[in-house]
Amino acid sequence: MDGRVIVVTSGKGGVGKTTTTANLGMALSNLGKKVALIDADIGLRNLDLVLGLENRIVYDIVDVVEEKCKLKQALIKDKRQPNLALLPAAQTRDKSAVTPEQMIEVCNELKKEFDIIIIDCPAGIEQGFKNAIAAATESIIVTNPEVSSIRDADRIIGLLDSVDHEMIPPKLIVNRIRMEMVKENEMLNVDDVKEILGIDLLGVVPDDESIITSTNKGIPAVMLDNSLAGQALKDIARRLLGENVPFMDLTKDNNTGIFSFFKKLFAKS
Amino acid sequence: MSLLDILFGKKEKTSKEDAKKRLQLVLLHDRTEIPFEKLDMMKKEIFEVVSKYVDIDMSSLEVNLENIEDGKVALVANIPINKRKNDNQNN
Repeated sequence: MDGRVIVVTSGKGGVGKTTTTANLGMALSNLGKKVALIDADIGLRNLDLVLGLENRIVYDIVDVVEEKCKLKQALIKDKRQPNLALLPAAQTRDKSAVTPEQMIEVCNELKKEFDIIIIDCPAGIEQGFKNAIAAATESIIVTNPEVSSIRDADRIIGLLDSVDHEMIPPKLIVNRIRMEMVKENEMLNVDDVKEILGIDLLGVVPDDESIITSTNKGIPAVMLDNSLAGQALKDIARRLLGENVPFMDLTKDNNTGIFSFFKKLFAKS
Repeated sequence: MSLLDILFGKKEKTSKEDAKKRLQLVLLHDRTEIPFEKLDMMKKEIFEVVSKYVDIDMSSLEVNLENIEDGKVALVANIPINKRKNDNQNN
């Protein structure tokens, strides 16, 4: 087996990298792929918590590179989905605890057993970023439709373009879009973001409360039946496997609030 | 525009357009690593050089970064000329 290595990155923090990684990992393993997730955010470990695996950590990636344990011992198998495994970050170390060469070594080892390896990149463009992209040949840029995360995404696209190993062009996920604001022309729409950044679109994920409630529980939203964001992420997972999945129609009115009721009433007049 | 928008006096120009314009401009500067200040310095020097030969106004001189094809960026100067220098001397 020679698995794909995909890094999920953004430049800016808080745009949804970890949530995206967790959900794509779960969705891809539900589609029958063997998936390993690597939390590269050493010192600020969170992928375990979003996945609901925080109580199962014994060893972490730093223990692996320092040869305090075997890679297999550090990998946490998800009991809900045995195709999915997590290599957690160390919580009490910093980004210099792993080198790009060590990251490549770990990924090469994982590639033997897994179809897809997804690396959750830390925010920023320093050592942690360099480590996270070192082994990747594919990248997903997560951005929100607002000025600062788009500017940072553009910087990341530039940096990925200048790496000295082979990488295919990055793909874009526009996360946390609010269609009611897009309709009012008070938020950048997907075409605007695509035009500004000039990279291919992989998917659009609506701003959805189910992401917050599912994260509260440690259950990725793709495991829920009625989550709009979860559906969008499942679609993205299928696109990653080469399927041609049409983009979800987010313009459908699924607002139910009293304000939007009156708004619709007035809008008709 | 809905009645509600009119009632609340919503402006015609939306914040989305602001975001897009500001982003496109700042990314031109980011990508070329030419900060706004440096462009301003260039503008002043271009003015000094060109005004040795022709009569121009600093206020109408425009020096901007613009996107051209193939994702390349061009430095575009627009320098309206007042009159030929010779004409000035003859008068």
